[in-house]
Amino acid sequence: MGRLLEVEDLRTHFFTRAGVVRAVDGVDFSVEKGKTLGIVGESGCGKSVTALSIMRLLPTPPARIVSGSIRFDGRELTTLSERELEDVRGREVAMVFQDPMTALNPTLTIGTQIIEVLRRHLGLDDRTARRRAAELLDEVGIPRARERLDDYPHHFSGGMRQRVVIAIAIACEPRLLIADEPTTALDVTVQAQVLDLLDDLRREHEMAMILITHNMGVVAESADDVAVMYAGQIVEQAPAHELFHRPEHPYTEALLAALPDLDDSDARSRRLTAIPGRPPDLIDPPQACRFAARCPYAGCGDSCALEPPALRELRPDHRVRTAHPASEREAVTA
Amino acid sequence: MTEPLLSVTDLKVHFPIRRGLLLDRTVDHVKAVDGVSFEIPEGQTLGLVGESGSGKSTTAYATLQLVRPTHGSVRFAGRELTTLRREELRRVRRDIQIVFQDPYASLNPRMTVGRIVGEPLQTHSVGSRRSRRAAVADLLELVGFDPSYTNRYPHEFSGGQRQRIGIARALALNPKLIVCDEPVSALDVSIQAQILNLLKDLQRDLGLTYLFIAHDLAVVRGMSDTIAVMHDGKIVEQGPADAVYTSPQSDYTRALLAAVPVPDPERMRARKAERLRLRPALSQA
Repeated sequence: MGRLLEVEDLRTHFFTRAGVVRAVDGVDFSVEKGKTLGIVGESGCGKSVTALSIMRLLPTPPARIVSGSIRFDGRELTTLSERELEDVRGREVAMVFQDPMTALNPTLTIGTQIIEVLRRHLGLDDRTARRRAAELLDEVGIPRARERLDDYPHHFSGGMRQRVVIAIAIACEPRLLIADEPTTALDVTVQAQVLDLLDDLRREHEMAMILITHNMGVVAESADDVAVMYAGQIVEQAPAHELFHRPEHPYTEALLAALPDLDDSDARSRRLTAIPGRPPDLIDPPQACRFAARCPYAGCGDSCALEPPALRELRPDHRVRTAHPASEREAVTA
Repeated sequence: MTEPLLSVTDLKVHFPIRRGLLLDRTVDHVKAVDGVSFEIPEGQTLGLVGESGSGKSTTAYATLQLVRPTHGSVRFAGRELTTLRREELRRVRRDIQIVFQDPYASLNPRMTVGRIVGEPLQTHSVGSRRSRRAAVADLLELVGFDPSYTNRYPHEFSGGQRQRIGIARALALNPKLIVCDEPVSALDVSIQAQILNLLKDLQRDLGLTYLFIAHDLAVVRGMSDTIAVMHDGKIVEQGPADAVYTSPQSDYTRALLAAVPVPDPERMRARKAERLRLRPALSQA
């Protein structure tokens, strides 16, 4: 296994009239071949902007990648021309968006929309492309695939539409699939089916995946590794099992504690552990630790308010950006 | 035993499907709610869960008489609501309020926070202008919203703060029953916890009764005394929250519970197996 995608010190800022919004501000991560990286965080933390930066799909202006490097299979994506990018997008790196209704063109049959991709990237002729399109629909679990090629997006339910979007995404056997909140618009039972489908496809096609979501459960279910984002930065990154069982960052701990537990029989009488306050303004973020204002461990006189914590490796593959990781806290109080 | 605050019996809401231009006729009905019965004792919460299209919101609207039911009875505090005339209904509505899902769409962007929260008082001509202003400040304080912001507009606040405004408005007339229609599903996890705690505190302090509608089964468990699971316009399972979650009787409830992703990779593996086993219960449905 090697690294398929390496993102280093990515900074994507939005130059607006109100000021420079530092939406993504120094993000580093890598994705191994065939593995799933989950990126979790709350609204505005920069997880989607990270994904859109990799695909270079952000409107410029106002957005601009001000620094950093994105290497896909050894190739630098940030400096590619629009023309060169078009050969990467949809072919080697594909994307699935949150809302399948807006991702599809309502005026074209889904057959046309799949065939378009196959012709553009793989140069298939009409007949071969049509046959392949039916195979793809069949693969993503749409019944009577051949007949349904001539249907329009509105003929499908939300879950089925997302399957169509996924069929288009995998049409050219991409090596990396970026799924941005792929199940957020779906009901839980449909969500479970779509997540299972994505996982099956990833295995069969040896694809790597970046799964972006606000839902900790969705990450626990699907990701090999997890990165937690807060205020434009990664604050913790670890293998999924490690992250959920030994979270280190106070924000990760707080997020997990704030979640109501489906299996908690005392839930009715228990109060949830809310996180006080709200994330900082990214036009003028705190100079030091961005979580300090909401952190229960940021005392006076320590480094939290003075200097920004670096992302450091506490254990192999477990990196954290805080002056007060759980394991060191225990050492102090013991 | 005293009568429950709300009892809904065999509630049906059918919407006609019409065809034809000149000869407009009803060819069929969409049975959005089809024979739903439940009770909520005073001071308790009924959690109504189900997927989109299951009829849970329509059930709530029909309970409030915002949609007139096709059939059935809705008794609230000893009165039958389905046969009330508009004027009488208006008076009853002081006791039944609603908190909506989307704190962006449910607050008038051209009204200040103070006017939004005070509007129910004004509509029902409660008190003088001055006493209403004092009441608004009290209400905002009650929901943890800084009363010095009464002259600001909704767009100046985050989703969580806006939901607090919506809750303050719902409390303005000192209601007995509050219908919470997906009150936290538009909010981030950390904010969601704040609002759920607030709703619990208010229930304890004011003795409120909740009809709590949500699609997130973990959220509903923490809020509810009893649970009703809806599917295709019907309640497929109903009982004390603990019983429904720990030993669900219907296959649909089981499948629904197994589909919920939990933040623990190990528990997740067991659930996945259960999920595959129960898939037939869903495709049948």
